[in-house]
Amino acid sequence: MEAEAAKYIGAGIATIGMGGAGVGVGIIFGNYLSGALRNPAAAASQFTNLIFGFAVTEALGIFSLLVALLLLFVL
Amino acid sequence: MAGTDPISQFKIYDLFSFGTIGGDADGNGGFELVFTNSSLLMLITVSVISFYLILSTRGRGLVPSRLQLVSEMSYEFIANMVRSTAGNEGMKFFPFVFSLFSFILISNMIGLFPYILTISSHIIITVALALLVMTIVIVYGVMKNGFGFLKMFVPSGIPLPVLFIVVPIEVLSFPSRPLSLSLRLFGNMLAGAIVVKVFSGFMVMLIPLGALGILGAILPLGMTIALTGLEFLVGALQAFVFTILTCVYLNDAINPGH
Repeated sequence: MEAEAAKYIGAGIATIGMGGAGVGVGIIFGNYLSGALRNPAAAASQFTNLIFGFAVTEALGIFSLLVALLLLFVL
Repeated sequence: MAGTDPISQFKIYDLFSFGTIGGDADGNGGFELVFTNSSLLMLITVSVISFYLILSTRGRGLVPSRLQLVSEMSYEFIANMVRSTAGNEGMKFFPFVFSLFSFILISNMIGLFPYILTISSHIIITVALALLVMTIVIVYGVMKNGFGFLKMFVPSGIPLPVLFIVVPIEVLSFPSRPLSLSLRLFGNMLAGAIVVKVFSGFMVMLIPLGALGILGAILPLGMTIALTGLEFLVGALQAFVFTILTCVYLNDAINPGH
C-alpha cells in the first residue's frame, strides 16, 4: 500500500473518534433537558455546568479531528 | 482546483515588514518582524471593540441608549459569570476576562465574512491565549496561596486510598488544560471554516455543468447559508466556553482544594 493511501485511511479512521464525542454531547444535553423538564425552576442555574460539561466532552472529539487534519495536511 | 481548496483560505501573507532583528550583515539568521493579514485582523478586532465601547458609553445616560444598553448587558453578562464561577474575589480579573471574551467573540464574528480569515483558526493565536490564561492562573495561585496552591491536586472529602488514584489523575489533567482550551477553539473555528468552504466549493464545481448544474447548486447554497448561521452560534458559544473555562481555572487559583 502506498503511504499516501495509508494517510487517507488513517485520517478516516481518526474521525471515528468524533462519534464518541457525539454520543457524549448527546447524553449531556439529553440529560440536561430531561432534568430541566422535571424541575424547570432549577434549569437556569445549571446552564453553566451544562456548557462546562459540553466543552470538556467536545474537546475529545476535537482531538480526533485534529489527528485527521494533521494526517491530511501536515504530515 | 485552487478555488475549491478548503485550506488555502488560512494562508497568512505579509502586508509590510518592519525589518529584521538580529542576524549577521548578510541577512542570515535573525527573524523578520512582519505585519500580516492576521495582525491586521487582530488590530481591526481590537479597534472595533474599543470604538464600540467608548462610543456607546460616551453619553453615560441614566436611561441608557440602545448602544449603551448592549455594552451594559455584555458587562453584566460577564460580571455575573465571573461572580458565579470565581466568586467576588474573581472580580479583580474581570477586565481580563471581559477582554478575552470580547476579543474571541468579535474576531470570530469578523471571520464569518467571506474572504476574511478567522484569526482563531490559527493554533498560534489560541495557544497564546490559553498560555496567557494558564500563566495568570499559576502566577496568581502561587502568589496568593504559596505551596497551598498544590492543594488543587488533592480534592477534599475523599478517603485516603482513593487519593492514590485521584491525585495522579488531577496532576495529569492540569497540563492538558491549556492543550484542550486552545485546541477546542482552534478546532471548532478551523472545522467550521473548512465545512463552509467545502459546501461553497460544491457550487463552484456544479456551475460549469450548465443549466442543470446551476439548478443543483441551489442545494449547496442553502447549506452554506445554514452553516453560516450555525457558525454564528459556534463562534459565540466557543467565546463563551473559553471565558467560562478561564473563570473555572481562575477559581482554582483563588480557592484551591475544592
